[in-house]
Amino acid sequence: MATIATDLAHNAPAPARPRPKMANVMAYILLSIGAIGMLVPFFWMIATSMKTASEILKPQFFPANPTLENYQTVLTRTLFPTWYVNSLLAAAASTISVAFFDSLAGYVFAKFNFPLKRVFFLLILASLMVPTEMLVIPWFIMATGAKLQDTLLGIVFPGLITATGVFMMRQSFYGVPDELLDAARIDGMNEFGIFTRIAWPLVKPAVAAISIFNFLGNWNAFLWPLIVTSKRITMTLPVGLSFFSGEAGSDWHLIMTGATLSTVPLLIVFLFMQKQIIQGVALTGMKS
Amino acid sequence: MSLNTRRVIWAYAFLLIPLAFFLFIRFAPTLFSFDVSLRAFNPLAEVKPYVGLENFAKVFKDIGDPTHPTRKAFENTFKYVLIGTPIQLVLALGIALLLNSITRFRTIFRVIYFIPFVTSAVAVAWVWRALYMPDFGFLNLVLGLFGLPSQRFLLDINQSLPSVTAVVVWQGLGFAIIIFLAGLQAIPETFYEAARVDGASRWDIFRHITVPLLNPTIVYLAVLQTIAFLRMFTEVINLTRQGDGGPLNSTTTVVLRVYREGFGSQNMGYAAALTVVLFFVIMLITLVQMKFLQRRFEY
Repeated sequence: MATIATDLAHNAPAPARPRPKMANVMAYILLSIGAIGMLVPFFWMIATSMKTASEILKPQFFPANPTLENYQTVLTRTLFPTWYVNSLLAAAASTISVAFFDSLAGYVFAKFNFPLKRVFFLLILASLMVPTEMLVIPWFIMATGAKLQDTLLGIVFPGLITATGVFMMRQSFYGVPDELLDAARIDGMNEFGIFTRIAWPLVKPAVAAISIFNFLGNWNAFLWPLIVTSKRITMTLPVGLSFFSGEAGSDWHLIMTGATLSTVPLLIVFLFMQKQIIQGVALTGMKS
Repeated sequence: MSLNTRRVIWAYAFLLIPLAFFLFIRFAPTLFSFDVSLRAFNPLAEVKPYVGLENFAKVFKDIGDPTHPTRKAFENTFKYVLIGTPIQLVLALGIALLLNSITRFRTIFRVIYFIPFVTSAVAVAWVWRALYMPDFGFLNLVLGLFGLPSQRFLLDINQSLPSVTAVVVWQGLGFAIIIFLAGLQAIPETFYEAARVDGASRWDIFRHITVPLLNPTIVYLAVLQTIAFLRMFTEVINLTRQGDGGPLNSTTTVVLRVYREGFGSQNMGYAAALTVVLFFVIMLITLVQMKFLQRRFEY
């Protein structure tokens, strides 16, 4: 689709008129200034992570002799590697569960008729009205009662199935033709087989979208993991980074090393999948 | 057994785990939260007696006390909403319009603006704390280059709240831009053509076509951002010195108070009452949104 301003340019009676072009140059200049504003904090983070302890107390932008020593310090003398593993496990576990159960529930709501269907669906959607902040106290009391504090299950249980995911998957399954499912039924396939082998593969793009969002959301989650973990060894990356930074005092070179370690891997993943992620956000308006 | 009955059984079997999940992890805890808010609830105590609406009475009494942290928390939270949301929307709409007007490098700009949104809020907060550092933080170095006096940003009682707001706006900008771009691209081209034939200026087109047709997107984003600011926690606890919403409670938020009271002071009844109040505020805003969104524009 043509864009507004280029069309405005076409609108100009004399195409050679300089004004639209000037407007275009201005657009690039303004966007570039904004883009620098978006990137500078990350450059500063990486630059600081390569400074020495004495350099952070000097008025300078860049390290005189960039060093990777801070990375060695943080990776060997702190629990960062453990926090990585914990975050990876938590994000992967909840994503696998969401990819399966959100699809299954979405499939049932799209393709089956049964008593109370509307009621169940509305109840699931209604749960979106309740903010997480209201649930952390009951969840904590429940987790303590079930001895789930400082466990992987304790970290992930609130997010094993999501209402938004169920809703999105229902929309996707509407696009799967009933004839296809009926044909499989006539061939004698059982309903679970029809779901896993016929219907599910047809909505893979939607499954991929909710999986990516869910992974990102869980990887970055802070409030609940902060509440449910108290031992350092069970913390996730954001909680670990928060504690580590709080204790590092004015060792900004180490804090920025920790920040770099916890953001850069994910940013690389994002750059590879930016198209799907941005399109997914535009389509669903999702916000964690 | 008829084919239909068999399918109904399958449907219930498939839904068994998801429904149990929503029942036990979402609904029961919601009710439990109301229950906790009606008790003197110290998780370490043997008995957690019902105290009626005492916790709520305490919340509203504290809101009435100008120096109380809870009062400051509500004040600040509304300030975040009132300052942050409009700035966020205006900036995002401006950038989205610019992005929509260019043909080259659009993807790369979009990716750059989106990067902070996929970054963890904890890392973002600590990076900004480094940028805001009083002595040799990036921002003060830049001010120094222009011969301007150094600022204390997060450590100054008057600058702290705007400084925190800036971080949140910066991080959420990319999301709002993407939603605006999607909204802009859904506006039929024929509207612009018709307006141009009628000799409308750029400003006329923006005011009388873009903004009205974008209205649902604007309302949707305004509500989303408002709710995000009402729920603010991670940024504040990580940006402020002791994670206390300081200096002097100048940045503290409702959710930070929930965390401190519920998990720091073991005063869970009071904390639950705060979350119930927050819940009703959010619900009110969502309902107002629904009302606004019903005013659809005919294409």
